[in-house]
Amino acid sequence: MAEKIVKRVYLDNAATTIVRSEVVDAMIPVFTENFGNASSIYLEGQKAKSTLEDARARIAACLNAEPSEIYFTSCGTESDNWAVKGTAFRYAKKGKHIITSAIEHHAVLHSCEALAKLGYEITYLPVDEYGLVDPAQVESAIRPDTILVTIMMANNEIGTVEPIEEIAKICKDKKILFHTDAVQAAGALPIDVKALGVDMLSLSGHKLHAPKGIGILYIRKGVAITNFMDGGAQERAKRAGTENLPYIIGFAKALELSLSEMQANIPRIEKIRDELIDAVLDAIPHVRLNGHPVKRLPGNANLSFEFIEGESLLLLLDFMGFACSSGSACTSGSLDPSHVLLAIGLPHEIAHGSLRVSIGKFNTEEEVMSIVPALQEIVQRLRDMSPLYEDFLNNKHTPYTPCNRCAK
Amino acid sequence: MLYSDKVMDHFMHPRNVGEIEDASATGTVGNAKCGDIMKVYLKIEDNIVVDAKFKTFGCGSAIATSSMATEMIKGHTIDEALSLTNKAVAEALDGLPPVKMHCSLLAEQAVKAAIKEYYEKHGGIPEDKMKFFDVLDEDEHSV
Repeated sequence: MAEKIVKRVYLDNAATTIVRSEVVDAMIPVFTENFGNASSIYLEGQKAKSTLEDARARIAACLNAEPSEIYFTSCGTESDNWAVKGTAFRYAKKGKHIITSAIEHHAVLHSCEALAKLGYEITYLPVDEYGLVDPAQVESAIRPDTILVTIMMANNEIGTVEPIEEIAKICKDKKILFHTDAVQAAGALPIDVKALGVDMLSLSGHKLHAPKGIGILYIRKGVAITNFMDGGAQERAKRAGTENLPYIIGFAKALELSLSEMQANIPRIEKIRDELIDAVLDAIPHVRLNGHPVKRLPGNANLSFEFIEGESLLLLLDFMGFACSSGSACTSGSLDPSHVLLAIGLPHEIAHGSLRVSIGKFNTEEEVMSIVPALQEIVQRLRDMSPLYEDFLNNKHTPYTPCNRCAK
Repeated sequence: MLYSDKVMDHFMHPRNVGEIEDASATGTVGNAKCGDIMKVYLKIEDNIVVDAKFKTFGCGSAIATSSMATEMIKGHTIDEALSLTNKAVAEALDGLPPVKMHCSLLAEQAVKAAIKEYYEKHGGIPEDKMKFFDVLDEDEHSV
């Protein structure tokens, strides 16, 4: 059977983004010419070193940080692991209590779980129906043995933007270190580490059109955490490993471009997103928008379609040319749907039918809106074969065999 | 690709979707919380499954296994339908990813739940058939 040729529409920019041609152009000479090891003393090494420090300064300028506060890592996950575990190990004598939220990325949540196994105590703050962390709850969760608060800047699934400045201020007043995972926020929101008042901040290159395999941890001057990667004396002896110079250059270029284009891009993306949400809610009954109506990432639309399951939805969308993601259990490889959707109070069956559309710089309004009729067709098709929808139409409830593992 | 061509074929073009108005029996298994529910409708005449239809809420493999299971029992005797196993359904689909094997068990359970109801409506489950229904007590996620 010949494969049907359909135009592809990439709407999963929260998962990863295409590397911009300007970024590739900036990286190529660092692969082919300026290839030296920045730790070497001869000319090639010193040229690489100066390119590295130039990139560090450019990145610092984008974040209103000092160059010496920027540490390059292999990815956002490494940055989160380092911030959380590095703080925990460093301050173990002071206390073993960490505060985080129920909706963090797994890089933070699983780091906390790993620490819990080592005897640390973790407070997972709940969120409201929109996914917002309440700063007052952060304040009341702080104890004498609290050593770290880590709350994400914006959620990767539902796009909710958290009140980071307020939380950072509380932590500063209480003299508790505060880390934020800004992986999803970068490129979508301006990041000024001084204005935010954070002690540590994680970034990832591939969410803003730089390649995969490069991350940053901002560590405010004066904050000391235990090293995560032991080895050579790179990154002022804080993070060992030969610097990935081409990717670092790519990250610097991508971050600068995202900032310089933010004023033009973001309102355009927001407008398309709102148009999409309105059109879907209009065209399809029994749909809900997950996340905050206003305090959300510009490109994020997270919708739950009742009576259907997310993986089926994704497969049919893929067939029609659309790349999106879902918080259903079947797409996560576990039995439970997304911890974020459960944390905002969605019942399991509605969380299973969720769809995340994340719009990026290169999406046109026309292609984004073309998902609406596709969704209309697919949702109807899946509902027509759904026993849940049949029950709903007949106004009855068929008793299902209980499931010991899932029933909570 | 996550799924075999056969699974994709049965997912994209599911056979026997729908309801049977005057079904002899129906069987519903699964749980909305876990993300999959299957409902199988059977029309049984003279010990033969003359028609089988299904409705499924679930992932691609849940829909494909429902489609395949109903295909495999249509036109067969009750005894033959009772001998349907989840492995046979999965094999007929050229295999399922390990995390999706529970979907095939759900399909076997849905067929058996419907036959059980049929027996119960017609004088009870014969003693020698009891063993076929043990599978209904299995947790589909243990597969």
